[in-house]
Amino acid sequence: MQKKIKVGIPRAFLYYRHSVLWKEFFEKLNCNIIVSPETNKEIIELGKKYSIDESCLSSKIYMGHVAYLCDKCDCILVPRICDYGKNNNVCVKFNALYDIAKNLFPRVNILNYNIEKTKLKFEFIGFIKMGLILNKNIFKVIYSYISAKLKEKKHNKILISQQKQLLDNNKIKILVVAHPYNIYDKYIGEPIIKFLKNMNIEIIHADLLDRKKAIKYSYELTDTLYWTYSKELVGAVNYYKDKVDGIIFITSFPCGPDSLVNELLIRKLQNIPITNILIDESTAEAGLITRLESFIDIIKGKKEKND
Amino acid sequence: MTKKITFPHIGNYYIPIKYLIKKTTLCEVIVPPKITKKTIELGSKYSPDYVCVPFKYNLGNFIESIELGANVILQAGGGCRYGYYAELQEQILNDLGYNIEFVNFIKNNRVSIFNIYKYVKKVNPKLNIFKYFYYLINTILMIIIMDKLQKNMRKNMGFEVVENSFYKIEKRLFEELQGEINPFKLFKIYYKYRKEYRECPINKPQNCLKVGIVGELYSIMEPYCSCFIEKKLALKGIEVKRFTTITYLLLQKKSKLKKLLKKGKKYLKYHLGADATESVVLTKELAEQGFDGIIHIKSFGCTPELNAMSILSKVSEDYSIPIIYFSFDSQDSEVGIETRLEAFYDMIIAKKKK
Repeated sequence: MQKKIKVGIPRAFLYYRHSVLWKEFFEKLNCNIIVSPETNKEIIELGKKYSIDESCLSSKIYMGHVAYLCDKCDCILVPRICDYGKNNNVCVKFNALYDIAKNLFPRVNILNYNIEKTKLKFEFIGFIKMGLILNKNIFKVIYSYISAKLKEKKHNKILISQQKQLLDNNKIKILVVAHPYNIYDKYIGEPIIKFLKNMNIEIIHADLLDRKKAIKYSYELTDTLYWTYSKELVGAVNYYKDKVDGIIFITSFPCGPDSLVNELLIRKLQNIPITNILIDESTAEAGLITRLESFIDIIKGKKEKND
Repeated sequence: MTKKITFPHIGNYYIPIKYLIKKTTLCEVIVPPKITKKTIELGSKYSPDYVCVPFKYNLGNFIESIELGANVILQAGGGCRYGYYAELQEQILNDLGYNIEFVNFIKNNRVSIFNIYKYVKKVNPKLNIFKYFYYLINTILMIIIMDKLQKNMRKNMGFEVVENSFYKIEKRLFEELQGEINPFKLFKIYYKYRKEYRECPINKPQNCLKVGIVGELYSIMEPYCSCFIEKKLALKGIEVKRFTTITYLLLQKKSKLKKLLKKGKKYLKYHLGADATESVVLTKELAEQGFDGIIHIKSFGCTPELNAMSILSKVSEDYSIPIIYFSFDSQDSEVGIETRLEAFYDMIIAKKKK
């Protein structure tokens, strides 16, 4: 019997956006999947070793995950995203992830797909090309992609409808605005989420909103923005801003798009408490918690006044 | 209210930009004062702290020229973060209480000449499209002439016999370009100064030290931002080569990108975004041409160039060419940069002697 191919998926960056799609796709193609563990000290150290010290924390974590997977699987999935159509670019870091990984780890096989809609490189074509490397049967590849895509859509819908129910209850609600790869990461976002949950606060995630709708909403706040991922977050802020009691921005230092977008949002949104939390490799938890505590006190005070 | 137009500085290109705006809109143009320490201090005071340096310089330029009476600001750019500068800068200036009109030529992350025409037509309804193109061609010719002559200057400036002779020629050139011009006159100017540059006495040894500069466009083209690194190299007697100029960015980049990717096949499969592809491929090319060292400059946190840096270290290893990385922020001490440059200089000299 043929040995199953082991595909490594780094638990960073787009994993938090496409995890269902990737897992389902490779499972349908009879591959073993190895997902790297939650970010820990070892991975961060590895990431620091393999990246330039100025790069953003999220990308360091990504490199750490890739380095961790290096000798544990046959190939690693590193997608390359350039744009989702005209005026829908992404941070340039995603343009280069493949080439950086390839040059840093020359011995590793890298599975890769490319999305560049302005040059007619669609997600579908990318996945088919990638699938044909793993499995010669093209019908099976197409079937796997379609079923994986459907499953992802269903999964997203469930998450979004779950969040909608949270909006109705009476607890203090805080909108957390951060890229999914920051907020769901064990090192960057989880201490904050954990603390807020302990304080009995309902957390509304900005990334859980129908993506097309979110992009539409975003134009009301800013019309020249061209990063898709930031657009989705801005749209969510615009949608949720009247439904929540406060907004927390979480950024990894020094994120390019966030440095401009968050500043603009903070300047544009008034009458709602906002705090901007910047996280780097040496952020201390005690300092973070003090800031969050005082922020929550402000919200509570404001709410009592209104009641 | 009469319109007084201003725009951000980038190197010496204020001359063609001023010409274009003045001729087409017939308004008064206020060129921001030369960048000094005050500019960057003003700029970084009101900017988000971890934004890249060009944002701070631009904002400083705007505030300084608003204080001189400007009330219309033009901003254009694209590629990486550059394209989104305008909206935030407008918001910041409004929050500071300045009553200004902010014109943003960026659409779809790109500057289009028709967008500029539309705006100019609104300001000056008498303008027709032929006249606009006439002025545009003059402007582009001016830029090409400046870049071509400066290329020659960088090559030979380090070996001049009489001190500052090249700068004196450059100063006269700029003065002449600021006068009345037409295409014929521009050609005349070009040939005249090319001759002057060639005849300027130099004392150049056969195998002098050659260094290439690659990196992010603003830090390369704005000498203040890079602490006058080209001047410092010239003082040490080094031939400097750099590719990033406005001519390259506006006219050549699109057609050359594909070729570049092919040349850099060994390291790259896709574009790295903004000017990072060039940084990698040109470094490789310069290494093959036998250059002694590469200087990579960028502003702090520039994501595309960070992408390039991860790959550059491999190029450096493969071709055994020394690369030094400079990252400029709003608070750089010139002395620190000089020291690092000196060490780099000593190293390439030692390597060459071997």
